[in-house]
Amino acid sequence: MGVGEFDSSVQYDFKVDLGASLSMASTNVLSVPVLVFLLGVISVRLKADLRLPDPVYQATAIYLLFAIGLKGGVALRASEPADVLLPIVVAVALGIVIPIAVFLVLKWVTRLNAIDRGAMAAHYGSTSLVTFTAALVFLDALDVSYEGFMPTLLTVLEIPGIVVGLLLAKRYASTRSRVEDATSRDWVAGDSVSRDWIREVVLGKSVLILFGGLVIGFLTGVQGYEQVEPFFGGLFTGVLALFLLEMGVLAGRRLSDIRTAGPGLIIFAIVFPVFAGTLGIISGYLAGLSMGGAMILGVLCASASYIAAPAAVRLALPEANPGITLTSSLGITFPFNLIVGIPIYYLVAQALESWFL
Amino acid sequence: MHEIDLLTIVTESILKERLIADLKIAGATGWTLSAAQGEGPRNRRVSEVEGGNIRVEILADPVTIARIWDMLKDSYFSNYAVAAWQSTVQVSRADRYLGNESQG
Repeated sequence: MGVGEFDSSVQYDFKVDLGASLSMASTNVLSVPVLVFLLGVISVRLKADLRLPDPVYQATAIYLLFAIGLKGGVALRASEPADVLLPIVVAVALGIVIPIAVFLVLKWVTRLNAIDRGAMAAHYGSTSLVTFTAALVFLDALDVSYEGFMPTLLTVLEIPGIVVGLLLAKRYASTRSRVEDATSRDWVAGDSVSRDWIREVVLGKSVLILFGGLVIGFLTGVQGYEQVEPFFGGLFTGVLALFLLEMGVLAGRRLSDIRTAGPGLIIFAIVFPVFAGTLGIISGYLAGLSMGGAMILGVLCASASYIAAPAAVRLALPEANPGITLTSSLGITFPFNLIVGIPIYYLVAQALESWFL
Repeated sequence: MHEIDLLTIVTESILKERLIADLKIAGATGWTLSAAQGEGPRNRRVSEVEGGNIRVEILADPVTIARIWDMLKDSYFSNYAVAAWQSTVQVSRADRYLGNESQG
């Protein structure tokens, strides 16, 4: 289309979208999973403990990871390898670029040291399964289609961000810790600490169950999936809601720490996801994804890990302060993405659609 | 009955595998692990996302117990939430815990 036509059509689209997007945002906020999350947050304010029993929490986490992986594996089998390859390459690149950007941006907007910035990079470079899942539920509710192999990208994006973040922190903190290492532990195998975190990241439980689900879904295909669909498909949103109750409690406990986080960190925890999400959406279009797929890739880039990354960071960077990273990722970014971010990324994907598709 | 040293360690559950590996390096031949809840002066753990605290109990000879204390001082106390205490307890079959019996 010519440049002259372009302006008017964009304006027209925008007017139509505004009304639709308001109802879409309310669809998101008034969904059971999001409201249950808010219930969890409120329960902390009311000093009532709505946490799930620990084994139930672990089981729901396994269920969600496996169900996502399984569904993704089934879709992966149905996809053309050529369609999947470029998005995977792009996801790996994003998994490297985003943590580096976090590390650099935080140097400007906060006074965090290199270790804490590396820890933040690991959290924001990795992804949040629940945010991803909520975005899928959101698109399903709007009847917007997306590539079925998106869980593959979730798996791909889970690891590089954590590794890059930890490497950045270790590189900038290496002089000091090497001196410490030399003076202490003569009896511990010298590299046991570094081995631990690589194993924790690469063979962590969550990655293994997600990847296992992908492989099993790929091997069994649609026929195999039909047998377990009532459990892993039909009950999915309900289990997600239960899990979000738990996340609401955990996020609610972090809310009181936000005041101590400082304005730089708060602004970062809200603005950076929008930046990273937009980067992900643009990259998604460039990799040939549909509007729904590009939006999901944006959500993956915008979300911060609060399960896999904290565990890996705690083991690999014990000097890092989890109070900072968890307050930011779980206390600010996660609720922001869940309630406001997902509709925003959808609007951005919609606005950019005409440029790419 | 014999007197023997009991060392109890309560720490972040995230450290479970690392701690058990280190206990074996220090010469412990056995341990008992259970879930624990509690509060301490340090509020920097991630374990509430990962499932609470763990409590590890080790019965061992004084040399091994001393080595475990050194290990805790070197690699755990400064960065992690750890409570540890030692007591003397009565056991039968002390050889079972002292590691100088092949069949246990």
